[in-house]
Amino acid sequence: MTRISVYLIDDHRLFLSGVRSELDAAFDILGEAYDVDAAAEDIASLKPDVVLVDVHMPGGGGEHVIRETLRRSPATRFLALSVSDAAEDVIAVIRAGARGYVTKTISPADLAAAVRRVHEGDAVFSPRLAGFVLDAFALVSEPVDSELDQLSPREREVMRFIARGYSYKEVAARLHISVKTVESHVGAVLRKLQLSSRHELTRWAADRRIV
Amino acid sequence: MNSAGLRDTGYANIRVNPRPSGGEALIARAAAPVVNDLTTRLGLRRSATNRVVVGVAGGVGERTGIEPTIIRVALVVLCLASGLGFVVYALAWALSRGPSPAPQTRMRTTDSQLRQVIAVSSIVAGILLVARAAGLWVGDAVGWPLALAAFGASVIWVRSDRSEAQAPLDPLAAVFAVQPAFRLAAGGLFVVSGMFLVLQSGYSAGPTGVLPVVVAVLGLTLIFGPWLYRLAQQLADERRERIRTEERSEMAAHLHDSVLQTLALIQRTTDVSEMAGLARVQERELRAWLFGAPRPGLDLLSTALEAMASKVEWQHRIAVEVVAVGDEEMGEAIAALVDATTEATLNAAKHSGADLVSVFVEVDESAATAYVRDKGCGFDPRLVPEQRGGIAESIRSRMERHGGRAEIMSAPGEGTEVKLQIARTR
Repeated sequence: MTRISVYLIDDHRLFLSGVRSELDAAFDILGEAYDVDAAAEDIASLKPDVVLVDVHMPGGGGEHVIRETLRRSPATRFLALSVSDAAEDVIAVIRAGARGYVTKTISPADLAAAVRRVHEGDAVFSPRLAGFVLDAFALVSEPVDSELDQLSPREREVMRFIARGYSYKEVAARLHISVKTVESHVGAVLRKLQLSSRHELTRWAADRRIV
Repeated sequence: MNSAGLRDTGYANIRVNPRPSGGEALIARAAAPVVNDLTTRLGLRRSATNRVVVGVAGGVGERTGIEPTIIRVALVVLCLASGLGFVVYALAWALSRGPSPAPQTRMRTTDSQLRQVIAVSSIVAGILLVARAAGLWVGDAVGWPLALAAFGASVIWVRSDRSEAQAPLDPLAAVFAVQPAFRLAAGGLFVVSGMFLVLQSGYSAGPTGVLPVVVAVLGLTLIFGPWLYRLAQQLADERRERIRTEERSEMAAHLHDSVLQTLALIQRTTDVSEMAGLARVQERELRAWLFGAPRPGLDLLSTALEAMASKVEWQHRIAVEVVAVGDEEMGEAIAALVDATTEATLNAAKHSGADLVSVFVEVDESAATAYVRDKGCGFDPRLVPEQRGGIAESIRSRMERHGGRAEIMSAPGEGTEVKLQIARTR
């Protein structure tokens, strides 16, 4: 089994070296960058499987990196990693193409699991991101005409469990469904989050600085 | 006449290829051969160093060897006496060249502006002359000073933006960047002519009575305007700087009391869990400070839970993650919910053995619901004695008193989740 190649972008070098040492055993760390420009070049040539990207960075932040590199290395998956609580930043990186968001306080084991999950094409929702999503899609002040603009009851239920701190496996057990089904629900939510044109979503993110 | 001075400046003019500046350009086009010849033969250069206005007097002084101050006084007297001084000055300026040692870079726009102003001035002067000839004239005593003052003002506006190399972009600042002495002189002229007109008209009402006042006010504005403007600017600058300094020192004080203290404490700590606890509390506190409360001065369910989490984290060295969806102002029922949630979180911190407690609260139209979950040892709820203070009193009866309910889901080895729900009272 080939090892997953990982690239790290974070302007906090101390944190970066910590993450690197945590992931070094299980993954091929192709490289790291401290700023957006260096990262964009590297990723385009190295084509890593997974990029761990900080939401906040000088020179545009994670959103910018993802938009820049996703064109040039379409197979690369992005996982946002941040201390930020600001909803608009998190929603922005997700909409730019990140397949998940975890906070920097995540345990090394969970981080490794998240990297694998993202590599397999699944979405990674931390409780906080699930909370953001529930909040964003809770606003129904206008009739929604697209299926993309609302969560199905099942998706909402799954999001609630994740927000409560349940892992995908635990959600599956509680709802008597398979983990694959949970993953497909979460993937659907991710797609809605990325593709929904509901202007409320962006307005919500702008209104709400912090949860 | 100083022959050495004459020769010097004369030769300098021949050596340096003269590039016509503003006034010269205009005249050069009107009567190119004659005037060009004239300016070259005059060899008059405005002084770059010895200048009050544009260096005409200084230049004439250098050219003729006469003390510039005397020339200036003569000009001022001429101005005050008949206004002729202005004409002489303007003529000398038009027929002179720019200072030789430091050729100034001039902008085309300035040149064209100057041309415009002179053209307009000439037209206005022509109209005035026609009006005078036709008898539509306020009288020489009023008319000429007014015309001259207007010309002076136009010169101020035009010369200002090229007065120095670094012309300010702000048009107002540009006007006030005019040589102070020139400005004072122009302003003074306005005031004097205003007074003069007042005396002439004998305080009569009507347009001729208002005009002098306007002129005088204009003059005063010219004199004091820049000063007031600069004063206001300075005050604003100082205020900005003071606010900045205050913010900086406030930030420094805050970081010192919080982050630096914690970092020092962490360095002295050997216990890893204590270290993590310190870091966690500091992180939460710093984040709250950076992002600020969502709506300051308002007691909200989410802020109360965050505060609770921070306290429990500190007291029990455990991570508490709060996720809130929707929010609600604190009322009696919400306060009960917060208290019960606190109790459940404390129980998890004390008894579960887990290193993380997840708190999720959701407020919808009908109810506020909180979940407190840990992945710790769990227990069998049926085996907990009814009287046990924690769950029975603090959680269940508290919720029931406020029309809510508590549900405890746990099994040994499965972790614990407490669901607390209360109806919204509105």
